[in-house]
Amino acid sequence: MLKYLFAKEENIPQGTAAIFFGVSSIAWFIIGSGLGSFNAAKLAFPDLYHGLYALQFGHMRQVHVHAVIFGWIAMAFAASMMYITPALGNTKLWSEKLGVWNCLLYNVGLCLALALLWAGVTSGREYSDHIWPIDLYIAFVMVVPWCLNVWMTIINRRTQGIYTTNWFFAGCMFMTVVVFLVGNMPEWLHLTGLNEAYMTWWFAHNVLGLLITPVAAAITYYIVPKITGNPLYSHRVGHLHFWSIVVFYSTPAAHHLMSSPLPEWLKSFASVEGVLILVPAVAYVCNILLTMQGRWSMFVENIEIKFTITGVLLAIPLNMQGGFQQTRAINWYIHGTGWIVAHAHLALLGFSTFAEAASVYYGMQVLLRRKLYSASLANFHFWMLLIGFSLYWVSMTISGLIQGAAKIYEVPYVDVVIAEHPYMIVRWIGGTMVFFGNIIWLYNMVMTARAGDIVPVGRQPAEVAYTR
Amino acid sequence: MAFREYKIGCWMFGISLSLSMFITIILPGIDISSMSSTKLALEKQLTYGWETGFNYYDPFLQGKDKPIKVTLTKDPKTGVAIDKTEAYVFPAGTHFPNGLTHDNILGDEVQKASVSLGKIDQASEDKGAVFVVSVTSNDTPYMEYATVTRGWNVDATLKASDEQLMAGSGKTLFVREGCWWCHTLLPEQTQDWQSFGRPPMVGDFNGESPTTFGSDRKAPDLLHVGSRNSSREWMVMHFFNPRLVQPHSIMPRYDFLWGDKDADGKNIDLAAWDEQYFAYAKGESVYPPGVPTPAADSEARMLVDFVLNLK
Ligand code: HEC
Ligand code: HEM
Ligand code: HEM
Repeated sequence: MLKYLFAKEENIPQGTAAIFFGVSSIAWFIIGSGLGSFNAAKLAFPDLYHGLYALQFGHMRQVHVHAVIFGWIAMAFAASMMYITPALGNTKLWSEKLGVWNCLLYNVGLCLALALLWAGVTSGREYSDHIWPIDLYIAFVMVVPWCLNVWMTIINRRTQGIYTTNWFFAGCMFMTVVVFLVGNMPEWLHLTGLNEAYMTWWFAHNVLGLLITPVAAAITYYIVPKITGNPLYSHRVGHLHFWSIVVFYSTPAAHHLMSSPLPEWLKSFASVEGVLILVPAVAYVCNILLTMQGRWSMFVENIEIKFTITGVLLAIPLNMQGGFQQTRAINWYIHGTGWIVAHAHLALLGFSTFAEAASVYYGMQVLLRRKLYSASLANFHFWMLLIGFSLYWVSMTISGLIQGAAKIYEVPYVDVVIAEHPYMIVRWIGGTMVFFGNIIWLYNMVMTARAGDIVPVGRQPAEVAYTR
Repeated sequence: MAFREYKIGCWMFGISLSLSMFITIILPGIDISSMSSTKLALEKQLTYGWETGFNYYDPFLQGKDKPIKVTLTKDPKTGVAIDKTEAYVFPAGTHFPNGLTHDNILGDEVQKASVSLGKIDQASEDKGAVFVVSVTSNDTPYMEYATVTRGWNVDATLKASDEQLMAGSGKTLFVREGCWWCHTLLPEQTQDWQSFGRPPMVGDFNGESPTTFGSDRKAPDLLHVGSRNSSREWMVMHFFNPRLVQPHSIMPRYDFLWGDKDADGKNIDLAAWDEQYFAYAKGESVYPPGVPTPAADSEARMLVDFVLNLK
């Protein structure tokens, strides 16, 4: 990496920035899921690591969340954008050099941000936990250069139109910057009280809805047609997806605070808008699954499609859960329980992680022009993720239902803690499987770069996956 | 080529995003900001002071720059007995909460009463101040700058007080230690009344920051914990090692908040304590080791004050 920081733009091979972001994202995925599994252990056995006070649950939880969101998810997005955007515009990345610097400063910033959170230096707002100097760094050093690269590549494209994936990328990066700057208003302007509480969730909701969900979807809009060779089923439905995301997903922030004393009209409005998110959700899932027509065998044979389609299939229960859990009839039962944690991991560890993993797998092979070192290890990784995630989701959903029942029958809280104990252990096991799967992944990727077979010019890695 | 062919799309995008932000930020903002503070909101502001998250005056969240809440049974100026009164002492240099420094936080009525009856506009951070919360004849709560209205100055008030709570500093530690990842501060509106007490009202939060409602509950709601359990001894033992009083608890230990010395100035040896405790946990000894009393300036004391103050 270092040698490219000061190289001339034309001496930096195409794809360098994407490769760096890709490798960093895998490393952060290992760190993030390791931290997650550590936290899970703490919740199952609080005295397991007595003596190491720096590793308190209260300090480590937000480090896990930000390591996976800013480290894994966001960097996998950056890696994907840095190779997909130019590919779809039939051009080069606007500036590889900017991309390489972006990646370096991103990693540095993230380490600093997590170290501060770890030390307890926090704004005390969930998902916008970072203190405002770090927020400024994130916005202007980590995100704006990344946006510039994406937008300028699209502006300099050599194709007539802009493909679905690319306008999703351009639009979502714009919305992310707006959401980030507006959403941290409580800190810039010292907002207080319910305004502050509401803006905290406005930020959290919109980061999930206007960055993570649509960008993960946009990636699958590229991967599925590219690898199967089928054209996207419908661009119109793609439009419906994009516009309904902008209109419906940006509005129901208050559904995270349904049991707080926010104005009633706001909660009702959010509840209705939240159900309307099913419009983009259904449009998206149908569009991708119909694109698969005639190529379903690839779901079994091809590792990238296997990851992508699993992610898309997980989006179905995810959105069903989402649409229902924010109606008042259901929210009062499951709010603030393990059910929500399960939903959050279905979204981030299920749907979005599977989509990104596919894109990182594919991108690395294409950019390195090397075939995956070991398809078996990749399959092993897939199953570790899927089984680990399923254990996590099932156990947390059950524990959430226990909590919900206990809440209405007014069971003394410590009995809930006792009842949840076995499920906490299962979650720990599931999470640890994800962690070990990821270590295998990193090994597989490093070996691909070192010893993978060269993919012949003009061929796709997927086509030669099974040739020796 | 730029985005030329996409002119209409770009306009539509801009308009829909702006409209969405208008409906979800501006309108709720206007509505929420028009809410008048309740008495509780005034008390909370005066207890917690300026922000309890990261800020200039306390960048490492050590509980600095916070007021002290005191209970008085005699008038600090005259020494005559008075009804039990709670006062909030801001030693010179302590920063005021938002509601004292901005006119638009408390709500019109409360703001007017606080200025005309409470004289809060005369208070200044440099000189230090003592406040109380009072109620007008028609039930509007207001903040009263007792240093002017009653002649209570900082030193005399601290001296005359029966009890001093460092609850503001404790709230900072509550944020720093991440208690709110397990505990909520928001009994739900639907079914929490019986177990955790009254859910808060819309005016209960004016001027508080951060509110740390918490979203994943893994432990009891704490908003009214001080009325359920007001035993300082229990809290001290529970924070030192929750398993001492609740064998099934998954709450982490907070024994490191005691610092090096206990209330009698004796050194605290956590390793030795652990050894004895594990012997007890294995059944090798009958009684667990005793829990040291936290020193008056220890973080443990601040946190216990905060929790006991949650009525
Ligand atoms: C890992 C999650 C966790 C964290 C972090 C945590 N607690 Fe707890 N806490 C619990 C559980 C579980 C209980 C219920 C069992 C018990 O009494 O110990 C509890 C109980 C309590 C109680 C007694 C509640 C009652 O209803 O009597 C108080 C007070 C309390 N915690 C304060 C705190 C404070 C202050 C912090 C931060 C320094 C904190 N807790 C951090 C899990 C946690
Ligand atoms: C129809 C679609 C969806 C709806 C209506 C929806 C609704 C909700 C609601 C109401 C909550 C809060 C529940 C509570 O605390 O009471 C929630 C939590 C959450 N949702 Fe969704 N959701 C949807 C899809 C998604 C998607 C696609 C993602 C991300 C990719 C996502 C990520 C999350 C996360 C991470 C949380 C946890 C927030 C926390 O920390 O409390 N959701 N969702
Ligand atoms: C190795 C597997 C993982 C484990 C064991 C794990 C564990 C945990 C734990 C214990 C929590 C705290 C939950 C709580 O407060 O009850 C948590 C929260 C969270 N984790 Fe993970 N995690 C894992 C992977 C991931 C991944 C891969 C992501 C995202 C890509 C993720 C995103 C989150 C989020 C967003 C939260 C906050 C949830 C909420 O507030 O509702 N986790 N995780």
